[in-house]
Amino acid sequence: MEIHDRILEAIRLAETTIPDDVFKHIEMAWKNEENNVSKSQLSSILDNVKYARERKLPICQDTGTQTFFIDAGYDFPFKKELVEAIKISVERATNLYYIRPNAVDPFTGKNPGNNIGRFIPYINWYLRDGDDATVYVLPKGGGSENASALGMLKPGEGIKGMKKFVIESIIKAGANPCPPTILGIGIGGGSDLSMNLAKRALLRPLGRRHDEERVARLEEEILELANMTEVGTMGWGGKYSVLDVHIEYAYRHPASFPVGLVVQCWADRRAYIKIDSKGNVEVLQ
Amino acid sequence: MNYNLRIPEDLDKLADLKIGDILYVSGLLFTARDEAHQLMIEMHEKGEKLPFDPSKMVLYHCGPVVKKSDGKWEILAAGPTTSARMDLFEKEVIENFGVRFIVGKGGMGDRTAEALKRAKGIYATYTGGAGALAAKSFREVLNVYYLDELGSPEAIWIIRAENFGPLIVSIDPQGNNWNRISREKMERNKSMIFEKIEKS
Repeated sequence: MEIHDRILEAIRLAETTIPDDVFKHIEMAWKNEENNVSKSQLSSILDNVKYARERKLPICQDTGTQTFFIDAGYDFPFKKELVEAIKISVERATNLYYIRPNAVDPFTGKNPGNNIGRFIPYINWYLRDGDDATVYVLPKGGGSENASALGMLKPGEGIKGMKKFVIESIIKAGANPCPPTILGIGIGGGSDLSMNLAKRALLRPLGRRHDEERVARLEEEILELANMTEVGTMGWGGKYSVLDVHIEYAYRHPASFPVGLVVQCWADRRAYIKIDSKGNVEVLQ
Repeated sequence: MNYNLRIPEDLDKLADLKIGDILYVSGLLFTARDEAHQLMIEMHEKGEKLPFDPSKMVLYHCGPVVKKSDGKWEILAAGPTTSARMDLFEKEVIENFGVRFIVGKGGMGDRTAEALKRAKGIYATYTGGAGALAAKSFREVLNVYYLDELGSPEAIWIIRAENFGPLIVSIDPQGNNWNRISREKMERNKSMIFEKIEKS
């Protein structure tokens, strides 16, 4: 069935080829970096990206937790088929060595070897008007995910508190999440919604600002502050600790100021699939 | 300084290395992540012998993507995993198994650095995420242990490498630790950034 093959294709594309916007940002950092060690690390990163693309190899051995964000119309007719196709494609991708078996029972540590387990692959739905769907493939690495954090701040700390929380978190993470990183920040909602918005914020291409001017300005300000930390590429210092910052927000409870931070490694692997109501499928990046 | 090292032949040369030195390694590596570290320590406590000699190899924090074709294992991607997780176990592994050469990413803590100082050993980092490029220098899988028990990412893979690098020395045998040096600098930067936020 076509949809199965296209999902498999999208997984492979995401794992072997980073999107053009990410490549350009890394290349820009490599050109402008003045710290010699960090510059050499960026050079290795670019060599690795090119080599993986040429040979269709996984960019990173941590092929991530298979994560799928689906934006679907209320009238999209293939919801069940899509979920089944995702599970079958993830198992096939594992058997074809496109991805490492990365799903483990949390109690026994047992690895079933097929990337299938309770709630995994992770599928997150967002329903809207329409009859089509977009499936975002975001294989999320463990090292960067471990740097993610939730801050249940006091409303009195507000936006200043949010900025401090983000800076504190990326300094604490240091070299561990494979910087230069990309930061997804979710402000407002409750604990779960802020984290969900933070991860969804990573779906936006690098360099693209939030539609609202006030949010766009905040993204730029946090990017500048984050690059004053001098974490640098792989912790070796220099100008580039973070490649971009994306913020999404929701209205909050008067008593709460949730801030979700999801950190993405430089290997910001993404692909997406568009499916229309007739079942035509297109893989894009 | 740049060095080409053969392992195990050049293990005694590690004592002269300094943080920032750049290394290319040829020879034997074994991979070990969280589960393998725990297993090694448990075996040592029970008095059981390992099926390989960790003191003659590089300990590599890595869970590779591997493919079996025609009965032979091939490594497709094998960059480093976050070493900080192994700080929980590394002192014991260094002391009980004579490990002197560790490779990973992200840096390690002072407990590991002190154990390496006593062992006259080093910790070096390879570019995180550069999995495909790393695999290019891994020529052969010589053996794999505990694959069924631990699964492929956590199993111990014995690898023969050719010119694996550039690795950058991050903890040297004098006990210098780039992780600590850079953290002090970042803490100073944090104070400055917080002041800027307050004024905004």
